[in-house]
Amino acid sequence: MSRSQADWTLAAPAPPGGSYERSRTDRTDALFRPRLGLRRFIGTLFAVTCLLMTVAAIGMLVVLLVRVGLDARPWLSRHFLTNFPSTLYPERAGIWSALVGTAWLIGLTSLFSVPIGIGAAIYLEEYARKNWFSRLVHLNIANLAGVPSIVYGILGLAMFVRFCHLGRSVLAGALTMSLLVLPVIIIAAREALSAVPDSIRHAAYALGATRWQVIWHHVLPAALPGICTGIILALSRAVGEAAPLMMIGALTYVAFVPSGPLDTFTALPIQIYDWVSRPQSDFHGLAAAAIVVLLAILLTMNALAIGLRSWYQGRQP
Amino acid sequence: MMTDVQEYDLSNDRSGTIARPAIPAVQVRPAASSDAVPQSADDAPVITTDALSIYYGKFAAVQEATMAIPPRQVTAIIGPSGCGKSTLLRAFNRMNDFIPGMRVTGGLRCLDWEVYGSKTDAVELRRRVGMVFQKPNPFPKSTYKNVAWGARVNGYRGDLDELVERSLRQAALWDEVKDKLHASSLALSGGQQQRLCIARAIALQPDILLMDEPCSALDPIATSKIEDLIDALKERYTVVLVTHNMQQAARVSDLTAFMYMGRLIEFDATNTIFTSPHNRQTQDYITGRFG
Repeated sequence: MSRSQADWTLAAPAPPGGSYERSRTDRTDALFRPRLGLRRFIGTLFAVTCLLMTVAAIGMLVVLLVRVGLDARPWLSRHFLTNFPSTLYPERAGIWSALVGTAWLIGLTSLFSVPIGIGAAIYLEEYARKNWFSRLVHLNIANLAGVPSIVYGILGLAMFVRFCHLGRSVLAGALTMSLLVLPVIIIAAREALSAVPDSIRHAAYALGATRWQVIWHHVLPAALPGICTGIILALSRAVGEAAPLMMIGALTYVAFVPSGPLDTFTALPIQIYDWVSRPQSDFHGLAAAAIVVLLAILLTMNALAIGLRSWYQGRQP
Repeated sequence: MMTDVQEYDLSNDRSGTIARPAIPAVQVRPAASSDAVPQSADDAPVITTDALSIYYGKFAAVQEATMAIPPRQVTAIIGPSGCGKSTLLRAFNRMNDFIPGMRVTGGLRCLDWEVYGSKTDAVELRRRVGMVFQKPNPFPKSTYKNVAWGARVNGYRGDLDELVERSLRQAALWDEVKDKLHASSLALSGGQQQRLCIARAIALQPDILLMDEPCSALDPIATSKIEDLIDALKERYTVVLVTHNMQQAARVSDLTAFMYMGRLIEFDATNTIFTSPHNRQTQDYITGRFG
């Protein structure tokens, strides 16, 4: 007796001889052509294909990391982090100025882009009327997020370096980077805000709260993990960008650290680019070591994003 | 407000047949009502609508509803899905404002406010006209903060601890949560969450409590607790209840309004609606012939 017959017998007791459900099963069986073997085979095939894609994607990444890691191994040391670069003695060269430059750059960038980004997202999501104009604005912001970073470099060069006379300063770099990450932050923050269920907003409004109180007390805290994740991911994009900084003229060889926002600077990606383009193989090893440091920074930032999110979810009450 | 009342009379030819004495809004003709109950300012309707229509874009969700809801009674609004009962309820504290394209014509007075008047501040109105939603929607914060928040943002000057306890007691929830006031409200059961939402609403000392199908997401035991609660709440508050469930309307309400296709078909004492409705459509709905 097949399983389906057993189920049927359970549902309705059989008349004497069991003829009733026998004939019914035959009748309904004729209506279907299950081809279970074929369906299951297609399912397995699909799963295996997806697995292969995953292996291919991760595999390439692993190969890349291993190659870089092997090249970098002999050059990584404490001195590598704390020494200034050297064009003559690769064994004494370090990335101190690039590290500090990157820190300055990201610090200033977040100072500009985070408040502006969150503010814009709150306005667009919570205040602006939903009409064709706000949709147009949204579409344009999404397009801006896809503009190549070199274009932002050109804009930064014309606007901040030349027009505002900021020169090749870390401030000009940070402002350019802010332009670059702003669309990403706005989009991430908007998505986090719109993911807050309306039932929360309505509950707060029904208690006689003003719009500001609803946003400040309920919507923003609920959206904060998502906003923070978006910010950190956007900033980690900025950490790895070289093109706009080269455009605005970040220096490749800097034997000092910036002491203020108007000082010239270098950054990790620029330093890496400089070393890679030198003919001596020692410098290629240095570049690999700098790449490992840059990757470590990026991974730390991403881990921070994840950690922040789960920490917020843990302390909801 | 008193002078307007006559226009909202929906039962002027049958005022003598109404069994319950405490339904001043329905038997509003001064002569009839003065026999039944002394008509004082306290008994004046708290919500009156005058040919109120509510549109979403071009669609008329509520058409020319005229009714007067008396204080400290439970008024149920029943009707099939999409009849406009929730829309009408949400108009009373302007929770419809968040729906783009919403338009209102006709008159709607709630307490002392012309609800859609240009001078009316919805924030002020909502402090006095509380609302409980279909699905329990506590804030993802502690039970205590859920109850205290509304009072806090409205500048409550009394003792918050005492207010929280009193509100939770009134909502028949205190004994179940008093030991975990500062734990997340999301850990409570669905029925407890809904009573928390009621506690949160009454912490603002509203005059009117609007309930939009408050039991439709709850199991029968939680439902019966909420129903008992509604019965107790009418001592202090005017309760307007939208429900899908006719038995619920019959059990808890003093007055029942029947809506169909956006129109207010009949509004009368619950007894009358369920035993000898005046209108054919009401009767068909009550007896389960449609809906």
